[in-house]
Amino acid sequence: MHNDIVNTIHESSLLFSNYEAGSGIKKALEMGRDDILFELKASKLKGRGGAGFPTSTKWMLVAAATGADKFIICNADEGEPGTFKDRVLLMNAPFLILDGMVVGGYTVGAAHGYIYLRGEYVYMRQFLEDCLNEMREKNLLGNNICGKEGFNFDISIVMGAGAYVCGEETALIESLEGQRGEPRNRPPYPVNTGLCGAPTTVNNVETLAAVPHIILMGGEKYAERGTSASSGSKLFSISGDCEKPGVYELNWGITINELLAKVGAYNTKAVQVGGASGICIPKSKFDRKLAYEDVATGGSIMIFNESRKMLHVLKNFMEFFVEESCGQCTPCRIGNQKLLEGVEMIEKNQYTFAHINNLKELGETMKVASKCGLGQSSPNPFLSILEDFKEEIFHAKSDGVYK
Amino acid sequence: MKHLKTSRAPISQKAYVPSAPENVDTIGGTVTVQINSKTMTVPFGTTILEACRMSDIYIPTLCAHEDLGIGGHCRLCLVDVEGMRTLQASCAFPITAPLKVKTSTIAVRKARKHIMELLLSEHVGECYACVKNGNCELQDLAKEMGVDSYMFGHDNVSKYPVDRSSYSVIRDMDKCVNCRRCVRTCIDLQEVGCLEAIGRGAETHIDTFMAKPLAEVVCINCGQCINRCPTGALYANDPSDEIWRAIEDPTKHVVIQTAPSPRAAIGEEFGLEPGISLTKELNTAIKRIGFDKVFDTNFTADLTIMEEGTELLTRIKKAVVDGDESVKLPQFTSCSPGWVKYIEHFYPEYLDHLSSAKSPQQMFGTIIKTFYAEQAGIDPKDIVSVALMPCSAKKFECNRPEMDASGYKDVDYGLTAREMAMMIKEAGMKLPSLPKSDFDNPFGLGSGAGLIFGATGGVMEAALRTVYELVTGREVPFEKLRIEAVRGFEGVKQSSVVLENVVPDWSFLEGVELKFIVAHGTANAKKVMELLKAGELYDVHFIEIMACPGGCLGGGGQPVPTNEKIRKARAKAIYAEEETLPVRKSHENSHVAEFYAKFIPEGPCSHKSHELLHTHYTKRGKFIL
Repeated sequence: MHNDIVNTIHESSLLFSNYEAGSGIKKALEMGRDDILFELKASKLKGRGGAGFPTSTKWMLVAAATGADKFIICNADEGEPGTFKDRVLLMNAPFLILDGMVVGGYTVGAAHGYIYLRGEYVYMRQFLEDCLNEMREKNLLGNNICGKEGFNFDISIVMGAGAYVCGEETALIESLEGQRGEPRNRPPYPVNTGLCGAPTTVNNVETLAAVPHIILMGGEKYAERGTSASSGSKLFSISGDCEKPGVYELNWGITINELLAKVGAYNTKAVQVGGASGICIPKSKFDRKLAYEDVATGGSIMIFNESRKMLHVLKNFMEFFVEESCGQCTPCRIGNQKLLEGVEMIEKNQYTFAHINNLKELGETMKVASKCGLGQSSPNPFLSILEDFKEEIFHAKSDGVYK
Repeated sequence: MKHLKTSRAPISQKAYVPSAPENVDTIGGTVTVQINSKTMTVPFGTTILEACRMSDIYIPTLCAHEDLGIGGHCRLCLVDVEGMRTLQASCAFPITAPLKVKTSTIAVRKARKHIMELLLSEHVGECYACVKNGNCELQDLAKEMGVDSYMFGHDNVSKYPVDRSSYSVIRDMDKCVNCRRCVRTCIDLQEVGCLEAIGRGAETHIDTFMAKPLAEVVCINCGQCINRCPTGALYANDPSDEIWRAIEDPTKHVVIQTAPSPRAAIGEEFGLEPGISLTKELNTAIKRIGFDKVFDTNFTADLTIMEEGTELLTRIKKAVVDGDESVKLPQFTSCSPGWVKYIEHFYPEYLDHLSSAKSPQQMFGTIIKTFYAEQAGIDPKDIVSVALMPCSAKKFECNRPEMDASGYKDVDYGLTAREMAMMIKEAGMKLPSLPKSDFDNPFGLGSGAGLIFGATGGVMEAALRTVYELVTGREVPFEKLRIEAVRGFEGVKQSSVVLENVVPDWSFLEGVELKFIVAHGTANAKKVMELLKAGELYDVHFIEIMACPGGCLGGGGQPVPTNEKIRKARAKAIYAEEETLPVRKSHENSHVAEFYAKFIPEGPCSHKSHELLHTHYTKRGKFIL
C-alpha cells in the first residue's frame, strides 16, 4: 500500500532529510523538559496549520496547567483545499511526526496522544499502526520509554469522518470525544480545558515533524532559516496551473514570484494562498513574501493562469464553505449562503452594487462575529477576489459606478 | 478509547464553570471589569452578559436562556473585548481576568444588525399567521434593532413539512432559527435527547433520530422545548377549535376540569406579574365562554392521594408483613405523564414500581363519564370532557388507548394554560378584572393537599399528610402542615419521617422510618433511577417525580417565558392559596368521602376502583420500530 501512493517531493531542505527514528526522543529525554522548551522557544517555531501560534508557548501552557490527565493531539485532519503536505509527511516521514508527539508528550506531561486522521486517509492507517508497533517494540512507546523511569506514553489513531471543520482544534476535540464536530466556545482554551476537560495541546502534523529536528540541531540553528518572525522551513502544497506541482520544502520568506519560477508557472493571474479560507494574491502583488508577517499560510498554494475566470474560482470556494460550515453560529451558517448568492447574482448579471457592498460589509462582520476560524476566514476569498479582480468580474456593468 | 467520557451531553453545551474560590471575599474571588465607562467588581467566572445585566446594560440575546447551558450559537450578544481580535459572545465569555468591554461600538452594532438580518432571511413565514405573534423573542429583537427591510432577503418558500404527528408538540422547522435552545433543553435539562442538530452548513437543522416524526421517537411530550423556543417553531397541539365547536353544539354537554397550576400562571398571559392566582376569575371566564360545568381537578388529586396512599401502604404491608418479594418498592408517583413516558422509554424494567393509580386528570375523566353522567342523568356519549392543564403531555395521556375505563374516551381534550388564555381573549374577556365564582358540584370541594400537586414535592406532601394521619391517628408533626423538606426547587430532595405510636391497624409500621425522595425534571429523575439501578434506594418507600422543572407549575403548557424566578413566584402563589383553604388534607375532603360512599363503597384500591381509577403501562424502550 505504501508504494502505491506516489508522493511528488520536488525539493526538501530539512524535513525529508535523513532522520534516524527515535534519535529525537533519546536526545530529548537526556535534555529534560526545561531545555526542550528552551530550544523550542529559541527555534521560534510557530504552528504550521496556518494560525501560527508559537509552539513553545502552547506546550508551556499545557505543561504548566494542572490536571491529572493531559493529552497531545496530532491534527492530521488535513482538510484545507489544496493542501496535501501532511499526507506526504505521514507516508514518507512517519517517525518524525510520531517522535515529535513523544517529545511533546514528555514535555507537557501527557500520558497519551491521539492522531486525528482525516477520514480519506484511512488507507494509511495500517501503515501508521505498523509504525506505532515498531516503536512499541523498540520501547519508543509504552512504559518507561528509553529507560526513562516513569515516562509512559502511547499513541492511538482515531479516524475523522470527513468534516472540514474538524480541523479546527476544539471541533476536533469534540469529534474525538464522539460528539458532533463543532467548535467550542473559547475561553476556555484547550490548553486548559481540552479533551475530556483535560489540558490538551493540538499540533499540526508538520509542527510535530519539525520538533525532532529542532531537538537534534538546536533551536538557534533552526531559527537561522527563514525570516526573523517566521523561522525555519515550510512545506508548500503546490497545485494548479504549473509544470511541476507537488510538495516543496522551502524556507519562509520566499516571494510568490520566486515560488512561481521554481514550480514552472507561466501567465499566472492569481495565486490563492492558504486554501479556500486564505487570500487571493493578484499579479500586482506577487512580490509579497510567504511568511507569518506578510502572507501567512498553512501551505496551500493554488495557481491560476490567465485562462481562469476568477468568479468561478470564487464561486467554487463559497460553495465549499456553504457546505462545510458546521452550521452552529449564525454568521457562518447563513452568511456564507448570502455571499454565495451574491456571487451567483454577479454570475447572472442580476446584482446591484449597493447589495454587493452590503455583502462586503457582511463579510467584514463574519470575520469578527463568527465563533471559530472557519467563519472568521471564509469571507476572505470573497473580499479579496472581489477587490483585486473587480475589473474582470464587474466588466459587464458599464456604468462604472462601482467603488 | 478508555479516556473518553460517556455522558451524552457535549461539553460545549454545558456551562463552563471555572474553579472559582468558594468565598468571593478571598483574594482572587472577584475580578474587576470595565464595561463601557463603568468599572465594577464581579465574582470570578461571571460571564460578560451577567456582568452587563448586573449593571443594567441591555445586551440582546437569542440563544441564551437562564435555565440552559451556554450556547454561543446566535452571536447576537457580541461585545468588544479590548485586546481580542474578534468580537466575543458575552453569554459565553467568563471573566477570569480584568477586562475592558465595550457593548455598543459601531462594529458591535453593525454585527448585531447583520446577524439579525441573517436570522430573518431564513425565518420562513409572516408574523400575522403565527402562534407566537405578540410573544416572540425574534419579533421583539427585530423591533428593538429597528429592522425596516430585509437586507438579505426573506424566505417565503417552505423547506420543511410541519410535523404534526405528536399529540402534544408540533414542530414547524421553517420558523426555526437554530438557536438550539430545544436541543439543550432536551439533552441538558431533561436528559431525553430526542432533538439534535442534523446536517452541516446550509443544511443544518434540528431534527429527531433518523428524521422520524416526533410521535415515533423517545419524546416524552414534556413540552419544555416549547417553553424555551424563541420563535413559533415549536408549539402545542391546540384543540380549541374542536372545543369551540362542542360548546356551540346544543347536543353536547361540555365540562372542564381545571388543574391548580394554570390558575397560578394564566394571569401572565394577561400581563400580570408571575405569582397571582386567578382561580375564581377563571371559573367565571370558563362559564361565560359557555362550558356547562367547571370542576376542580383538586378533587381527583385528593382521590389520587387516597388511591396512591392506600396502594403504598398495601405494598409496604405486603412486603413487611407477608414477606411478598414480588412487591416493588419504592413506589413511584404516576401523576406526571411526561415522567410516565420517560420511564416507559428509558427504564421499562422498573414499570412495576410505578403506582397503578391514574393521574388526577384521567381519574376525573373516568368519573365524569360514569359517576357524574349517572348522577346528572346525561348520556356519557354526549359529554365532552376537557382538561385545563399546565401540560403538553396531558394531551398525549388522554389519547392513550387504555384510557377508556368509562367506555368512552375518558378525557376528550387536554387544553394548556396558553390555549385557555387564547380562548378567553377570543371571547373578548380580560381575565384579571372578571368577577369571582365557585366550582360546580358535586366535585366542588378540593383540598389544599390537591392544590399543592402543582409544585414539586406537592404530591409527596399531600400523601404524607394523609398516610401519616391514617397510620398514627395524628396530624403530621409540622407547623401549619408545611412539610418543608419536600418543598423548594432543589433537584433531588430526600427525607424521612418516623412512624411512632401507630394505630392498631398499622401496628407493623411501628417505629418504621418512612423514607421518601422528590425529584423534578427528568434529568433529576435519571439521577434517581441510576441510584435505584445501583441498588442504593432499597430502603426508600415512596418517590415523587415530576417531568418538568419546578413540577407542574413549570409545565410545557404554561405561559412563556419561563425561568426559575417565574416558577418560584408561581409556587409561592400556590402555597399561599393553599393555606387559605378550609380543608387541607385529602382524606378530610367530605366530597371525596361522599363519592366513595356513593360510587365505590368498597373504598380505595378495591376491585371497582381498580377498574376505574387505576391503569397499566407500556414497555416502550429506547428503540422504536
